Amino acid sequence: MQGKLRIKAVYVVVLIGALLAIFLIFRLWTGNVKEPASFGFGKTATASEIAAVDFDIRPDGKGLPAGSGTADTGRLIYIAKCASCHGENGKEVKGIKLPGPPLVTGTAKSKAKTIGNYWPYATTLFDYLKRTMPYNAPGSLTDNEVYSLTAYLLSANKVIKENAIINAQSLPNVVMPAKKLFVIDDRKGGNEVK
Amino acid sequence: MEEPNEEPAKKGNKISRRKLLGGALAAAIVPVTASFAKYVQTGVEVSVDPTKVQGVPPGTVGKRSPFENPLRKPSDISSRTPLQDFFSTITPSDLHFERHHAGIPNIDSEKYELLIHGMVKRPMKFTLADLKLFPSFTRTCFIECAGNFRTGKEEMTPQEILGLTSQSEWTGVMLSTLLREVGVDPKAKWFLAEGGDAALLTRSIPIEKGWDDAMIVYGQNGEAIRPAQGYPARLLLPGWEGNTNVKWIRRIEISDEPYMTREETSKYTYPVNGKIRMFSFEMDARSIITYPSFPQKVERGWIEIRGIAWSGRGKIVKVEVSTDAGKSWNVAKLQEPVLEKAHTYFRFLWQWTGGETEILSRAVDETGYIQPSLKQLIEARGADLGGYHMNPVTAWRIKRDGSVLFKPEKYK
Ligand code: HEC
Repeated sequence: MQGKLRIKAVYVVVLIGALLAIFLIFRLWTGNVKEPASFGFGKTATASEIAAVDFDIRPDGKGLPAGSGTADTGRLIYIAKCASCHGENGKEVKGIKLPGPPLVTGTAKSKAKTIGNYWPYATTLFDYLKRTMPYNAPGSLTDNEVYSLTAYLLSANKVIKENAIINAQSLPNVVMPAKKLFVIDDRKGGNEVK
Repeated sequence: MEEPNEEPAKKGNKISRRKLLGGALAAAIVPVTASFAKYVQTGVEVSVDPTKVQGVPPGTVGKRSPFENPLRKPSDISSRTPLQDFFSTITPSDLHFERHHAGIPNIDSEKYELLIHGMVKRPMKFTLADLKLFPSFTRTCFIECAGNFRTGKEEMTPQEILGLTSQSEWTGVMLSTLLREVGVDPKAKWFLAEGGDAALLTRSIPIEKGWDDAMIVYGQNGEAIRPAQGYPARLLLPGWEGNTNVKWIRRIEISDEPYMTREETSKYTYPVNGKIRMFSFEMDARSIITYPSFPQKVERGWIEIRGIAWSGRGKIVKVEVSTDAGKSWNVAKLQEPVLEKAHTYFRFLWQWTGGETEILSRAVDETGYIQPSLKQLIEARGADLGGYHMNPVTAWRIKRDGSVLFKPEKYK
């Protein structure tokens, strides 16, 4: 009885050993080397290197800098730096094609998509202006200028009161009229047209 | 010095020998023996029998035949690829469609860096040389602009209707390899991809795509990626709308929320039954017949109908062609190998007896999705269709005289 068990155990050990050997040889053969956890290429980025390029803003306000602005100041900056392309008041002018798209909701007849009737988040405006406007001098606006322009464009679209102060605390709380319209695509393919 | 490519040569034009040989040979003949030079220099303006003169010597960079002149069609914001000029599915790199929001930046590859930070163990930056050290991978797939569809008049070419899609063989590093290198927090759900152009274009991408088949590519059809396609490196998200394949990528920030950037809210969204649909990443299956098409003319007899079909959700499993205005459908032959998320060439042999008719194609992908008609799209989404993610079946009218016209269908 005892002897038979021992023989069985030896069998099992030999079998496992053989399988392991076959597996290792196979791996050498196919050159199928597992990728290491780290290759060690590239360098650690420092906090100041990241700060120099990381100025994106999330809807919860993460990323908004210090500073503030109001529509009054924003309107003056708009006239000086934006009106040449987006028009005197940012509204669509029938029959005239301006270099930039309309930004302010006009009469009921105008079908133009604007900040007031199409943009779901107010934080996007700060992020976008700081990133790339004015088109002819991207990245040239100071944070206070961006806050002021954001306040002006939100106020011109009647989303906020004329005298509201826009800063890191107030901007994420602005509820945009179009927010309720947005739905996330849930299509997954299959025999269905949606 | 005359360049063979300077002016579009018309088929059948006699080509002068000076034009054909170019300046390179003229310079090269100087040290050659007198008897050889005599042959080369006789009869400068006669039409050349290519079997009777020596051809152009070897050179450093090739050129197209002076008899071929495929061109993109640029507008202010994009440039369309000449789909009707291609015999197969790889788009020559210099004819790949273009779409950018602030022009093509001039980026010094020596100064280029990709920064990956946010919800990671170790924020890191990679030079182009670093990226090339990682295990590399090559795949062929299409990139298509989400706004790829124009209609409106009969005199439209495939290029004008659907010229915002192109296919390349891309080479680079799997994004998953880089994500492992920086140690992504398991709680991360999204990443922001940012381009290094004057738009600093940004898109939020679900992190699953990063672990799945996303790549950072630096190679296009075997050579360095073209400036218009993102030199020195771009994000490649196979099957996803063009805008998410951020070119000139300079930064990836790992996050637990989307950023709701302008490109994913004000742009690349579209009305669906009174609502606005966002984050439509995958490109729906579609197809187009590229031959015969406007402004070509056909003759009675055998015609091989040709075209391309593709789906952002996987492989094309079937393309059907109708030659009787959609009354009946025939299965077209697919050119093997059929690749996932790739332009797939199809062919269908047809005998035209000279009657007026319409020819159409429709694609079916491996999820079972069947390319819809415009009517089906309107029924599903409402009459106020936007310009994005529009993939209706399109038809060509064959007139009795053999002329081919696009069949524009009204919407809005
Ligand atoms: C030289 C012309 C020009 C100037 C000056 C200019 N813009 Fe623009 N703006 C554009 C163009 C062109 C676009 C569209 C860019 C695109 O398609 O990606 C645009 C887009 C925008 C948008 C996005 C609109 C939308 O619905 O998506 C906003 C907001 C905007 N500009 C605000 C401003 C502000 C504020 C200023 C002044 C600081 C300004 N612009 C100055 C040309 C200009």
